[in-house]
Amino acid sequence: MRIELVKRKEHSELMSLMSPLIAVGLTALSAAIIFAISGVNPALGLYKFFIEPLTEQWSLEATIEKATPLILIGCGLAVCYLSNNWNIGAEGQFVVGAMFGSILPVMFPSFENSLTLPLMLISGVIGGALWAMIPALLKTRFNTNEILTSLMLVYVAGLLLDYLVRGPWRDPDGFNFPESRIFSDAATLPDVFGGMMSLATPITIIIALVLALVLAKTIKGFEIRVMGESPRAGSFAGFSAKRLTIFSFALAGGLAGLAGTMVVSGSLNQLLPSISPGYGFTAIIVAFLGRLNPIGIIIAGFVLALSYIGGEGVQSGLGVSNKIASVIQGLLLFYVLACDTLILYRIRMVSRRAANPAGEVSHV
Amino acid sequence: MKSLLKATVAAAAFLAAGTAANAADVKACFVYVGPVGDFGWTYQHDQGRLAVVEHFGDKVETAFLESVAEGPDAERAIERFAREGCDIIFTTSFGYMNPTIKVAKKFPDVKFEHATGYKTADNVATYNSKFHQGRYIIGQVAAKQSKSGVAGYIASFPIPEVIAGINAFMLGAQSVNPDFQLKVVWVNTWFDPGKEADAAKALIDQGADIITQHTDSTAPLQVAQERGVHGFGQASDMVAFAPDAQYTAIIDDWAPYYIHRVQDVLDGTWESHSSWEGLAEKHVVMAPYTNLPADVVEMAKATEAKIVGGWEPFTGPITKQDGTVAAEDGVRLDDGAILGMNWYVKGVDDQLPQ
Repeated sequence: MRIELVKRKEHSELMSLMSPLIAVGLTALSAAIIFAISGVNPALGLYKFFIEPLTEQWSLEATIEKATPLILIGCGLAVCYLSNNWNIGAEGQFVVGAMFGSILPVMFPSFENSLTLPLMLISGVIGGALWAMIPALLKTRFNTNEILTSLMLVYVAGLLLDYLVRGPWRDPDGFNFPESRIFSDAATLPDVFGGMMSLATPITIIIALVLALVLAKTIKGFEIRVMGESPRAGSFAGFSAKRLTIFSFALAGGLAGLAGTMVVSGSLNQLLPSISPGYGFTAIIVAFLGRLNPIGIIIAGFVLALSYIGGEGVQSGLGVSNKIASVIQGLLLFYVLACDTLILYRIRMVSRRAANPAGEVSHV
Repeated sequence: MKSLLKATVAAAAFLAAGTAANAADVKACFVYVGPVGDFGWTYQHDQGRLAVVEHFGDKVETAFLESVAEGPDAERAIERFAREGCDIIFTTSFGYMNPTIKVAKKFPDVKFEHATGYKTADNVATYNSKFHQGRYIIGQVAAKQSKSGVAGYIASFPIPEVIAGINAFMLGAQSVNPDFQLKVVWVNTWFDPGKEADAAKALIDQGADIITQHTDSTAPLQVAQERGVHGFGQASDMVAFAPDAQYTAIIDDWAPYYIHRVQDVLDGTWESHSSWEGLAEKHVVMAPYTNLPADVVEMAKATEAKIVGGWEPFTGPITKQDGTVAAEDGVRLDDGAILGMNWYVKGVDDQLPQ
């Protein structure tokens, strides 16, 4: 007996829409079992994890705030992945963007006027894009593997930031502790609504919507999709793979850099040795959960953020380990991928005797 | 789906009933940087929390969040506690300083206690312990016991507290053996057993036969156990993980402080302050001395008694690495100089990351 995955000829439209919901349902079911095993009332656990964060304004805002950088980075990454450019280094682009965005408030703290914030955000975009140019140019010039180069640069970026906050950018009034000076009010992204969210969220939503339009309705969007699915066909149409590599890396890096600057300016208010709890890596998951579609990414970012906030809720409210929250997050991703796989493939049971005479050589 | 909805509604009702029935007078909440199972720093803070539970029983309710990353997540975690009705919130890592101050501004009626920082406010106190006193003692023990005359030190971040620990260790060692050598490896993490173990192996390969660490896991000591060298527990008594290797451990005992401060909240006498106590007040405790000859144990206990009696390890003569004098003979460094330390004493075989 052997189990094979066989590609389906046709995909069910209904199931494509249903699969995320089925995945969430299965996650909830598994989560209930896990809660029960760890001695927590499963209904209460599920409520705390999935529902309670949505019932109060502050936790809803906290969820959206957590989702914001994930969505912004994920949107940029989607353009990369759609066009077959495997940028794994958004975390580094996020960090370098944050460093560039902090040049003004750290080195010129007395420069305080209405231009401060826009200039910071623009520097952040430039910083992230420049950092992304390194793997992009290495790929177009020397054909290096961008997965490796972009990933390695994450660690370089982290160490650069570490150097800056321990060395030249250390707060002069900070007792030698590794942190930059606190940003002035002019360099702080203003809060919106109840104070948990900053202006970063509306900016992010607007960018995601614009990107959705560009991908769906413009020649550029068409170019991105064609070059991803069939580079040869694209080159007949006069599209250049190299130029698109540069473009998609610049876009993804720029958006990651913008996200970095907005996190530093909107919530941290200073540079620290570590400014990201893995946003750049989590955004890869968000991009794929959202099916590389900006609207889908907004939803996926929100769901993933919900799992973080809900995870904290069950920890603080019910005293369960934070590992349980991580397990539930992992299960969610597992079920989404599993459901997607079953849309594209069907399972076939093959007994050895039947398979061999047919001469099939699919020993994968 | 319908039954799920029903269950949810039931849960909500249960929850509402739960909060109403909650009779605790004070809710004390803790934010941890590592997992409670690190058997080091966070473990000891959680032991402190459990001591509060034991001491006050039903009068006090506690809650904690573990493995909260320093950075954007910290502020949200602290704010969550403030909103969930915590009366006093202990934030137990240096990186929580500014998030603590920020949330404290929004919730003036909640008391905040930040460990190892230097910023206070009307409703924010700070607390720390004089770990360097223990470091001086283990430095002496190391110099007595080392055959190669070289110790390895696994350091986390070059912040003053860690640097003061290295210096105190070195001063202790030099008081026994003036030529003692100390090699330092910076791992840039508080908790990463893999990295800590690698650093320990590298240091042993470089000739160190004593390993000590300012990181939170038991890994360095376990490596010492495997490789047949010796070391010290950090933050917690780690003898169970290295029964043949551990000489002693510098234990952070937060229980007395936590009980004291929760009592203050119960009594309505809580006030902001900066607490910085050591061996004398039993905020720092030496674990039982093991695997040591009697004369070394006697020396360690004598030093312990001297420090409890008021003597300070950072008493001159102290020479900095660059040759300048930090403290003349008999002069004691003031608290500010120790809390802001950014220089090595002479003899440390390392350049401070600048």
